[in-house]
Amino acid sequence: MITVENLTKRYAAKTAIEGMSFQVQKGEILGFLGPNGSGKTTTMRIITGFMPATDGTVRVDGFDVFDNPIDVRRRIGYLPESPPLYLEMNVAGYLRFVSKIKGVPKDRIDGEVARVMERVSITDVKERIIAKLSKGYKQRVGLAQALLNDPPVLILDEPTIGLDPKQIHEVRQLIKDLAGSHTVVLSTHILPEVEQTCHRVIIIDRGKIVAVDTPQNLRFQLQGVERVFVEVQGPESEIVAKLRGMPGVTEVRKLEQNDGRHRFQIEGELRKDIRSDLARTIVQNGWGLYELQSATMSLEDIFLKLTTAEEEGKTGT
Amino acid sequence: MRNILAIVERELRAYFSSPIAYVVLTIFVFLSGIFFRSILAQVMQMALVSQMQAQQLGPRPMDMPGIISRGFLSTMSVILLFIMPMLTMGLFSEEKKRGTIELLLTAPITDLQVVLGKFLAAGVFYAILLLSTWIPTGVLYLYGSPASGPILTAYLGLLLYGLTIVAVGLFISTLTENQIIAAVLSFGAIMVLWLVDVVASNAESPTSKAVLSYLSILSHLDDFMKGVLSTSNVIFYLSLMLVALFLTYRSIDSLRWRA
Repeated sequence: MITVENLTKRYAAKTAIEGMSFQVQKGEILGFLGPNGSGKTTTMRIITGFMPATDGTVRVDGFDVFDNPIDVRRRIGYLPESPPLYLEMNVAGYLRFVSKIKGVPKDRIDGEVARVMERVSITDVKERIIAKLSKGYKQRVGLAQALLNDPPVLILDEPTIGLDPKQIHEVRQLIKDLAGSHTVVLSTHILPEVEQTCHRVIIIDRGKIVAVDTPQNLRFQLQGVERVFVEVQGPESEIVAKLRGMPGVTEVRKLEQNDGRHRFQIEGELRKDIRSDLARTIVQNGWGLYELQSATMSLEDIFLKLTTAEEEGKTGT
Repeated sequence: MRNILAIVERELRAYFSSPIAYVVLTIFVFLSGIFFRSILAQVMQMALVSQMQAQQLGPRPMDMPGIISRGFLSTMSVILLFIMPMLTMGLFSEEKKRGTIELLLTAPITDLQVVLGKFLAAGVFYAILLLSTWIPTGVLYLYGSPASGPILTAYLGLLLYGLTIVAVGLFISTLTENQIIAAVLSFGAIMVLWLVDVVASNAESPTSKAVLSYLSILSHLDDFMKGVLSTSNVIFYLSLMLVALFLTYRSIDSLRWRA
């Protein structure tokens, strides 16, 4: 649905993005993850045709952004980083205006406005002046605007920013519901958001793609090890010796001691779940097992690892 | 066309949902009333003097309503100079400041439609402003019988003059995010186009004199006020308007590159 090839954007003083290439399949939710200033917004602005690229091509549904801008824009619903709202208008009036410039046929405008307001639950404020709305409502009005005329592609720049936890949940659910029939590209710097909503993640840093994969695979790739925490009661040296001798265990590290219970950090081989073996060994030896917890690396750690690894001059993966 | 109308409608709603429209209309109507009254008083004075002269030298014809309307409508051109920047200052600068420009430039409409929509909106508001002078002009028709020709050409001249100023102001509002700066710059630019006339009268060489006086937006209004409709004057305003609109269009394009 979206094909980005060798995309580069240079300003007079700096390069915002360089040689970026990726594809987004129809019905997919793609997450853009990166620190502030990494080029997320710039990439999105080029895809939506707001600004031209210095080099490279972007195609949406077969149309080139530079050569057929209007055809591309007709297929895209775009929520910029700060929602583009006319503060002096009321919600319904604003959405009617956007419907008109998006080319919704005259007799369908009222129905379309009602549909999107229902979709993001803002029907109750439709007569209110936008300036008087809370930040969460403003953000949702911005989202409603992007959904008008039901475009097949949605580009959402930080869609959940400024929302409270309940609204964040609702918006994520909405995005998931839209997938399948819509292609969604969203950017965020909140990692759980990517894990919960996206099929695929692109991590970018300083204008370059550092990693592309599913959230699950990224975690696997970067973890390198399976890490388990256990709390056991029993003779320390014996426990360490026994656990070290287990197949699949590569490292046993003692963390702390409390009332005869010991906390260990155990590292195992990649993609090998050692938890049930550990439990069996401990119980068979007659020690007390108080806790056993798997410590999978969160995307947050991966993200930090990737972007800091880059600093040290290594590639992330 | 539908896209342009959508933008015109939104802009006009924006004018009337903010205090700007009401402040501008009120001040304009108030000032035009005061000026009309003072011009009327002056002409009455003139009439009295000429009546006394007539007793000695014999009667002379005098087009009182014509003198009044000419004086009044040329005064309007000066008042408008001060008021117009307020109509155009926010057209693009506010969009830039609030980020709504991103909506307009990513919607399936062309930049030209955006530019024309905004130009027409300010133009329509200006026409409303101009029409508010029907009261003083109507008074002339009520108590006298002025020649309609010069009044119509004067209005046409003022319309072209005003639309030119709107186009210049529109261009300037693309250059900044700050409404006040846009207003001050527009005022300055119009003032320069206005004052070249003064510079022209002091110019040494006849060529520079001719060129400078041609560039003055006010000197081209004189003929309209006298009831003379000349193509060269119409072309002058239309071409200045088109240049300003073209610059606006290019400025939006460069905004995309720099954004």
